[in-house]
Amino acid sequence: MRLQALAIAMVIVSGVAIFIMSLSTYESLYETRESYYRDHHFADVFASLKRAPLSVAQRIQEIPGVDKIETRVVTYVNLDVTGYDNPVSGHLISLPSQSKGLLNQIFLSKGRLLESARDDEIILSEEFADAHQLKSGDKLKATINGRSKTLTIVGTALSPEYMYQIAPGAMFPDYKSYGVMWMAREPLASAYDMKGAFNDVALTLTKGANEQDVIDQLDELLKPYGGIGAYARKDQMSNRFLTEDLKQLQNQATIFPIIFFGVAAFLLNVVISRLIALEREQIAVLKAFGYSNIDIGLHYSKLVLMITALGILVGIGFGIWMGKAMSNLYMDIYSFPFMHYLINPAIIASAALVSIIVAILGTLFSVKRAAKLPPAQGMRPEQPAIYKQTLIERLGLQQHFSQPSRMILRHIERRPFKSLLTTLGISMACSIMMVGGFQEGAINEMIDVQYNMTQREDFMAIYAEPTSQRSLYSLESVQGIEQAEGFRYVNARVIFEHRSYRTSVTGVEPNSELMRLLDNDLKKISLPKEGIIITDYLAELLHIKIGDMLTIEVLEGHRPTLQVPVVGTAKQYIGLNVYIQRETLNHLLKEGDVISGAYLKVDEIYQQQAYRELKNMPRIVGVVEQESAIAGFYETMDNTILFFTFITTLLGASIAFGVIYNSLRIALSERNRELASLRVLGLKRSEVAYILLGEQALLTLIAIPIGFVIGIGICGYLAMKFNNDLYRVPLVLEADVYALAALTVILSSIISATMIWRNLAHLDMVAVLKAKE
Amino acid sequence: MDRPLQPEDKKRVFHIKNATKTYQMGEVLVHALRGVNLDLYRGELTVLLGASGSGKSTLLNILGGLDAPTEGIVLYGPPDQSIDLSQAKEDELTDYRRFNVGFVFQFYNLIPSLTALENVAVVTEIAESPMTPEDALKLVGLGKRLNHFPAQLSGGEQQRVAIARAIAKNPDVLLCDEPTGALDSKTGIMVLEALQKVNKELGTTTVVITHNAGIAQMADRVIHLTDGQITEIHVNETCLSPQELSW
Repeated sequence: MRLQALAIAMVIVSGVAIFIMSLSTYESLYETRESYYRDHHFADVFASLKRAPLSVAQRIQEIPGVDKIETRVVTYVNLDVTGYDNPVSGHLISLPSQSKGLLNQIFLSKGRLLESARDDEIILSEEFADAHQLKSGDKLKATINGRSKTLTIVGTALSPEYMYQIAPGAMFPDYKSYGVMWMAREPLASAYDMKGAFNDVALTLTKGANEQDVIDQLDELLKPYGGIGAYARKDQMSNRFLTEDLKQLQNQATIFPIIFFGVAAFLLNVVISRLIALEREQIAVLKAFGYSNIDIGLHYSKLVLMITALGILVGIGFGIWMGKAMSNLYMDIYSFPFMHYLINPAIIASAALVSIIVAILGTLFSVKRAAKLPPAQGMRPEQPAIYKQTLIERLGLQQHFSQPSRMILRHIERRPFKSLLTTLGISMACSIMMVGGFQEGAINEMIDVQYNMTQREDFMAIYAEPTSQRSLYSLESVQGIEQAEGFRYVNARVIFEHRSYRTSVTGVEPNSELMRLLDNDLKKISLPKEGIIITDYLAELLHIKIGDMLTIEVLEGHRPTLQVPVVGTAKQYIGLNVYIQRETLNHLLKEGDVISGAYLKVDEIYQQQAYRELKNMPRIVGVVEQESAIAGFYETMDNTILFFTFITTLLGASIAFGVIYNSLRIALSERNRELASLRVLGLKRSEVAYILLGEQALLTLIAIPIGFVIGIGICGYLAMKFNNDLYRVPLVLEADVYALAALTVILSSIISATMIWRNLAHLDMVAVLKAKE
Repeated sequence: MDRPLQPEDKKRVFHIKNATKTYQMGEVLVHALRGVNLDLYRGELTVLLGASGSGKSTLLNILGGLDAPTEGIVLYGPPDQSIDLSQAKEDELTDYRRFNVGFVFQFYNLIPSLTALENVAVVTEIAESPMTPEDALKLVGLGKRLNHFPAQLSGGEQQRVAIARAIAKNPDVLLCDEPTGALDSKTGIMVLEALQKVNKELGTTTVVITHNAGIAQMADRVIHLTDGQITEIHVNETCLSPQELSW
């Protein structure tokens, strides 16, 4: 009984722990983020533009609802870190000298603030500095407005604006290839001809201000200055990613505990029912002595509550431990300067309450029946079990089964509901483990589709300004560059009916080899002369069908509004994009044969050399390379994935062991007499074990494929919940996910079986000769 | 009735010498057997008679390879090729029970999930030269209830299935622990008739435990046990048939 109670407690521990972990991590992250945002004056509205004189700032300030505003100079630069040969780029953001800024204040983790007059000082984002092991006093080179300049690091910092640092066009943070840094405003402004001007503005709102009104007025105001559309905090990239992750945590906080508590209720039910069956006579005797129904009911309730209480207590401990570990993991991923790990007593109270309710619900019926048992009836043995031939046998297949095999089948069929629940319990263990492994497959598939099949370039070179298509010749002349394809890229708002989305329109070559659009079956689709192809999820979001006209408000240049028919959708897991033939886009924008950058295919041997040449070209502001970014991402993801796999394997194994060990113990207790009799008749321990363990093995083998199906269902549900405009999570379960899940279940059953095998050695053959049923 | 066995017919099946059995029960040391000496012979029907606690069940358990004596030897088989049950390992004892012994329990101990026929088959499937389960059941008069589950049979019928199960493997020894203990007299007689029939027709050495002295009259030999010792061995000149027993 002790081990059985422990096995049940373990399942409750898992449920309570994951409930507390998810919710406390959620709350801690949420609260920490709020206080970080508040303390560091994270802006409410952001806008980028081409160039506006500082006088415009005054007019922004006058927009009703605007509280504080801060104008900035922000540029994208190529970087050169000694000892790292792959492309590195970053955002250089102006910061008032001797200040952390007015809004989006940095958190200076090391070093000092910037001095006004120095044009060679920068503060580096801590993650980038750590990734390259750079510290105060170290130097790095940046190509600023076409000129290479050596910069000295004076400090490292974190920023609420860049908790999730992601390079433009990238899918995930990679601190080696992309970093954020701050430079004093005066030198940065003069390097980019922004003296007395700005190209970026952030502002906070007064209480009760209408955000959308402010955004609309700001857009209107910045239009002549090349504004590309203001957006609210909720659409700010770093904040968006964090919000999506918080949402996932909330999903986790519901789906997992439901499974665990369900299994715990089932286990308590079977164990208590069996215990009551064994103690039938004692119950009757106690009642004959005058114990009331309530006394009997309380006796068993106390036992149930004790097991539950043990599970709750240990679960709280584990939950807090895992919550802290998880919060720290998020602190690293999101670069929080601090983490206030909060454990809300209400979460603990609800975990405890839910566990107790589940325990009571699981055992109510058995306990009630025990309490109500009339004493005289209790002292008589229970009616012998009635069996019949199984369905399979009635079909005439019985000659294929030995007697022990028939015993197994009939035993399963006699209590189909219990067999079903046991099977389901094991299936749940299997499915939970699949959830742990599913992220990895999904990420692999996302990367594969996005970077191996769709964006097939080695480098992407980005021009500072739209440049003639002829510039491709100079790119192609760089040694190692095998192919160069130009693309045109404009920021735009796309509108269909009352729905709109802010994205970009990319003009690509009609039969581009380096930028392939794929249909649902991942087959290449070609882009016709007229019309656009949009990401499938964008079509869903806008409720637009092929053949409908999409309105495109271009947010650059002359800001034309275009009407273009949708001619197809493309499968993409990352971002929402609109594609059109480059020439058509040039034509619609009433511009010449110009491109915004180029996709480059580069011979692997010459990549570093080609990169060095590219980044020294004055027109090129950035060179993006995906491969090292992906490698870096995998490095950071590995720990997270390992942590999740570890946790889910632990959880899955606890369920599998809890269910299998308990059902075996109960089966052993129920069939002790039968098995001992067979031993007396000369059956070997292994033959007797076959009857007992064979039934469990059969149920386990049935449970695994069912578990796979449930696992696919849960993963599919989670994937669906994860879907958003930033990324869609494909449901891809790799073979190793199934293998690990099945293996853990099988191992748990082998361990349980081994423990039962030892018990089978001690079957009391002498006792069964005398004992009555 | 047949004549009693003559010494020259007797082939020794068991040779028990100075068997004692003690076990700890809480703080008390119980002497279940105190130096028992006994030989049992082929084809003999022996009744072990005694009050509860007299040691008869312990003796039967030792004969059945379910328990081992604390001291003494228990040889099974003819003198030149006997095995010592008191020294046998678990596997050897399992094989001994599997191939040589048939057990009949007081409470039948049938497998509830198997029919009468299957309950017998469970043993014949693992035996060396068994009779068919149908034949075994016919022998105990249950040829027509082959496909009934235990829950569908009366107590006497269940016990006869148990006898069929015990004899179906053609065992050398049939050990019966209070086979009629849970039955009324009429049913008990039917069960004893089945036992006697098996003993006579198949020549199976049969040991029956009972505290019902009436049953002793159908035995070749009656062994009285008191406090772990054999107090009397009585040879019946004429064995009564179960019908003639005074219950």
